[in-house]
Amino acid sequence: MKRKYLSAPYLIWVVGFILLPLVTIAVSALMDKNGSFTLENILSIIDPINRQALLLSLGIAFGCTVICVLLAYPAAMVLKSLHLDKKGFAIFILILPMWMNFILRILAWQMILSNNGVLNLLLGKLGIGPLHISNSWVALMIGTVYDFLPFMILPIFNAISDIDEDTIEAARDLGAGSKAVFWKVILPLSAPGMVSGVIMVFVPAMTSFVIADILGGGKLQLIGNIIEQEFTKSMNWHAGSGLSISLMIFVLVSLAFTMKNDLKDKGTTVW
Amino acid sequence: MVKLKKALCKGYLALIIAFLYLPILMLIVLSFNNSRSRVTWGGFTLDWYVKLFSDSRILDALETTLALGFGSAAIATIIGTLGAVGIQAMKKRNYQVVMAVTNIPILNAEIVTGIALMLWFVRFMPLGFTSVLISHVTFNIPYVILSVMPKLRQLNLSVYEAARDLGANNSYAFVKIILPQIWSGILSGFFMALTMSMDDFVITYFTKGAGVNTLSTMIYGEIRKGIKPQMYALSTLIFVVIFVILLITNFLPDREKQQAEQSLRERKAY
Amino acid sequence: MKKRVVLFGITAALALGLLCGCGKSEKKGTLTVFNYGEYMDPEVLDIFEEETGIEIKYEEALTPEEMYSKYISGAIGYDLLCTSDYMLQRLIDEGELQPFDIGSMEYKENIGDKYWEIARDFDPENQYVVPYFWGTVGILYDMTKVKEPVDSWEVLFNGQYAGDLIMQNSIRDAYMVALKYLGYSLNTTSEKEIREAHQLLLKQEPDVQAYLVDEARDEVVAGNAAMAVVYSGEAYLGHEYNENLEYVVPKEGSNIWLDGWGITKYCKDKDMAAQFLDFLCREDIAEKNFEYIYYSTPNEAVIENMDEELKNDRTIVPEESSMDNCELYLQMTPEITELYNDLWKELKAN
Repeated sequence: MKRKYLSAPYLIWVVGFILLPLVTIAVSALMDKNGSFTLENILSIIDPINRQALLLSLGIAFGCTVICVLLAYPAAMVLKSLHLDKKGFAIFILILPMWMNFILRILAWQMILSNNGVLNLLLGKLGIGPLHISNSWVALMIGTVYDFLPFMILPIFNAISDIDEDTIEAARDLGAGSKAVFWKVILPLSAPGMVSGVIMVFVPAMTSFVIADILGGGKLQLIGNIIEQEFTKSMNWHAGSGLSISLMIFVLVSLAFTMKNDLKDKGTTVW
Repeated sequence: MVKLKKALCKGYLALIIAFLYLPILMLIVLSFNNSRSRVTWGGFTLDWYVKLFSDSRILDALETTLALGFGSAAIATIIGTLGAVGIQAMKKRNYQVVMAVTNIPILNAEIVTGIALMLWFVRFMPLGFTSVLISHVTFNIPYVILSVMPKLRQLNLSVYEAARDLGANNSYAFVKIILPQIWSGILSGFFMALTMSMDDFVITYFTKGAGVNTLSTMIYGEIRKGIKPQMYALSTLIFVVIFVILLITNFLPDREKQQAEQSLRERKAY
Repeated sequence: MKKRVVLFGITAALALGLLCGCGKSEKKGTLTVFNYGEYMDPEVLDIFEEETGIEIKYEEALTPEEMYSKYISGAIGYDLLCTSDYMLQRLIDEGELQPFDIGSMEYKENIGDKYWEIARDFDPENQYVVPYFWGTVGILYDMTKVKEPVDSWEVLFNGQYAGDLIMQNSIRDAYMVALKYLGYSLNTTSEKEIREAHQLLLKQEPDVQAYLVDEARDEVVAGNAAMAVVYSGEAYLGHEYNENLEYVVPKEGSNIWLDGWGITKYCKDKDMAAQFLDFLCREDIAEKNFEYIYYSTPNEAVIENMDEELKNDRTIVPEESSMDNCELYLQMTPEITELYNDLWKELKAN
């Protein structure tokens, strides 16, 4: 039996529960309210308002991904340097917060960041503030980074901790300083983990809307909010489907493009 | 100097962990709040914990949530791990296509996935527990694959080839050589899947049958009137239980591992 | 060792999952009921099952639109559903509800005449819908921050409380405020009037701290904002948590809403469904639900039994006069709906 046949159950699942349902959405995207063919729904992503929301989402998702990488990489390095004999422990510590319901955690952030919230209470004791960050993009960013940070730390940590100590030793023996070891050995070898992390952070951050509704005070309109609104408030499923399909194509293409260019030099192809 | 650096490093990690646990702390505090409103402090109470255990609806939902979480994570881990191993052996072109499709469930807005699955299920099966289970497996698999894939890429395949050359059959070589090397990826994939399943609302909402309730769907139903403090109590309990299990498993000596280490040492000495 | 534990966990979980997946045994009959979240005392369902032997499968939703999406997909054959006025109207218009003999309900008289009359706006013959709860939309404000009494929507638009006010994050509730302030009907079909309201909201947008739905009440309770547009039911709860809060229905008028029950076309046993609705109108049951929800009840037998304090609480039993300029939301034409959607997106993109 060849190794690639192991993926058969997965491929069946992909066709049955990812692709075919997607086809129903695509069909609905290509129809107008009267059931005749149209490209309008798909192309509506370039309407000024939708485009603006798309750009804002792009900015938030990009910023969030960058911040997550910057926060996560050192954290993963430190975690690894602790030499935990059980990696499961580190994984658990990072995932555990997510066992409290997402909406409860975001509401908790609202209580922390609001004008009379915990943060301003503490700052007030130090004689600073009050800060008015609730219902703004700052709060939205904090919430988004908070929500996705574990998805960045985990794969990076996994990748770093699998680097063979001998490889690092060898580099040192050959005269590489600690800077060189990091840039030439650790970073390239952990790149696959970072790529997984970027996908798991950037992609869902593009389509999230709940955080914007609660922490952004409903004043920031992301593309996810518009899609959600088309489905649940305007009841215009065709428009919602069209926007999702074009958003999907947009993200897939841009992801494929940047990843390929970025990592070619380092000898890892992602896709 | 080295010490200072180490302290700084640990301090940084502590800050990150504090950031992740800050809201959790808020919720734990709320579970002792003697007021139904989340924004007023009415003094300390244990009432919500008492009330929690007489609320059969919440306990039912807890049962469903756990069954759904463990069931879907287990299925997703098996299918996803096998899938990842298979995908990695594919030709580059196919590999790219399959990986692109793998990202779709993460990529699609949840509401789109939810409604697409609902419309799809309606064609051939009634909505019930099974339909939610299938949906959860669907959005869990990508997380498993994305956790396992980096491990596979770092995998040293020469040992596998050597084992095959020495006459090990495929499945034996898989279990003995590949599996141990990607185990931590599988484990984190499993827990990520479990967590995503426990947390999901939108997709569950659209694909569940009448009378099937998870903690998430209950919490969302309560938003308008204010979250029932029993929910904070339950979240706190879940958190504490898992935390304790985690501590116990981490600090109890693991015999199997010790044996392995010892034999390794012996072999090295030899 | 660890592997074995994980394997055991997986098997146990799978077994548990399969068990839950299997159908439960049939009772005397089953009713599948669709309602808003936290909109019925769970005990009421237990009592009904005990008294009649009929099993209830209970489903919840957060918004009427969500409910409609799930209902219309036909994925679950709901027998009964409770939703809001304009959605009931839509369901009636689309032939999704069945008429039934409301006149022969034993406890019909408990529901006050004026509520049947309100329902006639969308159910002219009173043959589809049984009123459940009702209320208004108004301003909830903090008297420690707002010194002068509020009686007009103007306070939201004059800039005096810039950065301190919270609007509803839903299209109709937001535009209703502006339309009413301008003296127009909230069901207006005039594009000119709607655009005028839109201009007003655009001008107001920088002053708005947040557009929230359900968290609005908590924000005022916590003192994070001076005032918010909320539903009257929220106002009562807000007042419970913070005595300094006051609720007012502005003199220009507002939205009055009515939630009610209907029997869907999927229901095979209309008598059984009607029995459930009749049961909900019974004094003791309606009282239980009222004490669980604290929205205004149309059940006069319940109002009769309330203690004086509740009876005099204007958020629970509003004065007739405050209702004078209030209107129900009615279903809009697709063109107007689309106009609203586009304007709303523009407002938020600001």
